[in-house]
Amino acid sequence: MLSIKNLHACVEDKQILNGLNLEIKAGEVHAIMGPNGSGKSTLSQVLAGNEAFDVTKGEVTFNGDNLLDLPTEERAREGLFLAFQYPVEIPGVSNLQFLRTSVNAMRKHHGIEDMNAAEFMKLAKAVSKQVDLDPAFLKRGVNEGFSGGEKKRNEVMQALLLQPKLAILDETDSGLDIDALKVVADGVNALRAPDRAILMITHYQRLLDHIVPDYVHVLSTGKIIKSGGPELALELEAKGYGWLGIEDQAAANHG
Amino acid sequence: MATTDEEVRELIKREYEHGFVTEIESDTFEPGLNEDVIRRLSDLKQEPEFMLEWRLKAYRRWLEMEEPEWAHVDYPQVKFDDISYYSAPKRPEDMPQSLDEVDPELLKTYEKLGIPLHERAKLAGVAVDAVFDSVSVATTFKEPLEKAGVIFCPISEALQKHPELVKKYLGSVVPVADNYYAALNSAVFSDGSFVYIPKGVRCPLELSTYFRINAANTGQFERTLIIADAGSYVSYLEGCTAPMRDENQLHAAVVELVLLDDAQIKYSTVQNWYPGDETGKGGIYNFVTKRAACIGKNSKVSWTQVETGSAITWKYPSCILRGDNSVGEFYSVALTHNYQQADTGTKMIHIGKNTSSTVISKGISAGRSSNAYRGLVKFNPGAEGARNFTQCDSLLIGDRCGAHTFPYIESKNKSAIVEHEATTSKVSDEQMFLCRQRGIEPEQAVSMIVNGFCKEVFKELPMEFAVEAGKLLEVSLEGSVG
Repeated sequence: MLSIKNLHACVEDKQILNGLNLEIKAGEVHAIMGPNGSGKSTLSQVLAGNEAFDVTKGEVTFNGDNLLDLPTEERAREGLFLAFQYPVEIPGVSNLQFLRTSVNAMRKHHGIEDMNAAEFMKLAKAVSKQVDLDPAFLKRGVNEGFSGGEKKRNEVMQALLLQPKLAILDETDSGLDIDALKVVADGVNALRAPDRAILMITHYQRLLDHIVPDYVHVLSTGKIIKSGGPELALELEAKGYGWLGIEDQAAANHG
Repeated sequence: MATTDEEVRELIKREYEHGFVTEIESDTFEPGLNEDVIRRLSDLKQEPEFMLEWRLKAYRRWLEMEEPEWAHVDYPQVKFDDISYYSAPKRPEDMPQSLDEVDPELLKTYEKLGIPLHERAKLAGVAVDAVFDSVSVATTFKEPLEKAGVIFCPISEALQKHPELVKKYLGSVVPVADNYYAALNSAVFSDGSFVYIPKGVRCPLELSTYFRINAANTGQFERTLIIADAGSYVSYLEGCTAPMRDENQLHAAVVELVLLDDAQIKYSTVQNWYPGDETGKGGIYNFVTKRAACIGKNSKVSWTQVETGSAITWKYPSCILRGDNSVGEFYSVALTHNYQQADTGTKMIHIGKNTSSTVISKGISAGRSSNAYRGLVKFNPGAEGARNFTQCDSLLIGDRCGAHTFPYIESKNKSAIVEHEATTSKVSDEQMFLCRQRGIEPEQAVSMIVNGFCKEVFKELPMEFAVEAGKLLEVSLEGSVG
């Protein structure tokens, strides 16, 4: 489904990804772990098409298409979803209006007619319950005054609503207490399907207790330096990143 | 987004959808202004003698006045002698008495404008007075209004049928020599709407006026006078459009609202005069004086405006809060794009005790436009316990536009409370990225973000107007993604 070959990317002339390779097939759940500054979030931003990042080398295909040729919105409509690490607020635009606009933009792309307001409301209520959000919150402004946990649940709720082919979750576990983590994990597990892939980006192993991945990759200085099964995450947890001879690069780099 | 200037320019293909010209014969005065022109105008409209005197007085004052230069706008001097001061659709006989007598071309124009003049008017329950160039063409829904005792007619008709009311109130809120353009308007206004709501009457319909400038080289100087007698209520809507022309056209209107005890007026405007093309050529100069006098106690006036058109807008709907406990409100969305310039805001003059006012202003600038909020909040010595709240937000789209805020606060009463909040924000790259990542087209995203920004004002608009305003913003923002 997703094939990344020798990907190099930079932001403001600072090289962050340095020849990253990754293959993800339908039905698989991959986890990318790594210290701060290793390039985890950059990878998710580059895949989603954030124009602040420049791809300098390499190629990415998504279901056979050259992903890097597509503008952000086209990638989204083709089924690539990013759950943001820091979802931004859009004051005055209700969650409901935002989500319906999104759903209908996707439908239009696939030649399906708009979902009417009543039908949409029903669907939105159902998925918001799935992540334990009060449906009243659909009427609030997009991420406006949401707590950290609400923002993360909102992101997972959107994935459930849009049913993407590939869901990239960028540190969806950060800042969550254990109950909220469970809710988010349940949501993500509900996304698991034979025709869908999930790419989880995380700093900590604890999320992987709830969402068991098929593959775990360790990212360092913009490259995958080790891959394995779920046991790799446990090993990392026990031994720390120092075990692989890498340090936390946060001081030198961020993203 | 990292879109280049070139891409932005390519994207700017904004279409002004009301930019058609109606091919109808019209009677138009030769360009130029002098006392004879005013006499001819007054004579043509068979006005009472006092009106001619009033006009001439205004004209003489105007000659002594200087064109104001304090506004944050820049434009070449208006050549007043190149303007024609009267243009009316030509008719064989007298004024049309019903819609059947109206030139079908004209009706087609209104249809194109989406004005609910015919059956649509009835469905929408809106009484419409449509002013085409200088003349009021049709007023619908006279009967149910007459039953309620409401007078809603062209001001030229009111001058003949209700001269005492016009004489009593005309110029009582905006004196003839109030300012340069108000003086000009007082001298040459050709038509406009007149509304009188009797004591204790809640107007059964929303009243509506559509203004349209059609003829070339014509100025439009309409005059609106609304009187809400004690305990009455009226909601009044106003819309405006003009054809696309390369030369600038002048629109200098005066609106006066009078509120007696416990009266309430809600005045909503969607202003969509032709803004000029993407290079700044053409467009309407919109120099307007709007003012409400809350002379009665417990009266309340609300101005709600959505301003997206005009090359230059110069407009400060104001409230004189004379009656004790009277309330003034101003809700405004002003959007400028390309080379448009807007200097708009309000004046809240607190005279009576416990008067209160609210100002919510949302300015949106795109392209190379300039958008200024100018507001005065004044508390006179007698304004015991008066208060004002002002919130003034600016939103910038792209990096070549400007937003300015000029708040003036004068307080001569120690008990007065004034609060002022102001913010400036941009449509951020992060917001755009979030929307696009959810599959939303960039232009739709901008429009959605801007609509969200304007929400507090839109909720003050009557329902069908709010929908129109939202759509108008979308059209006005076309090509603004940068």
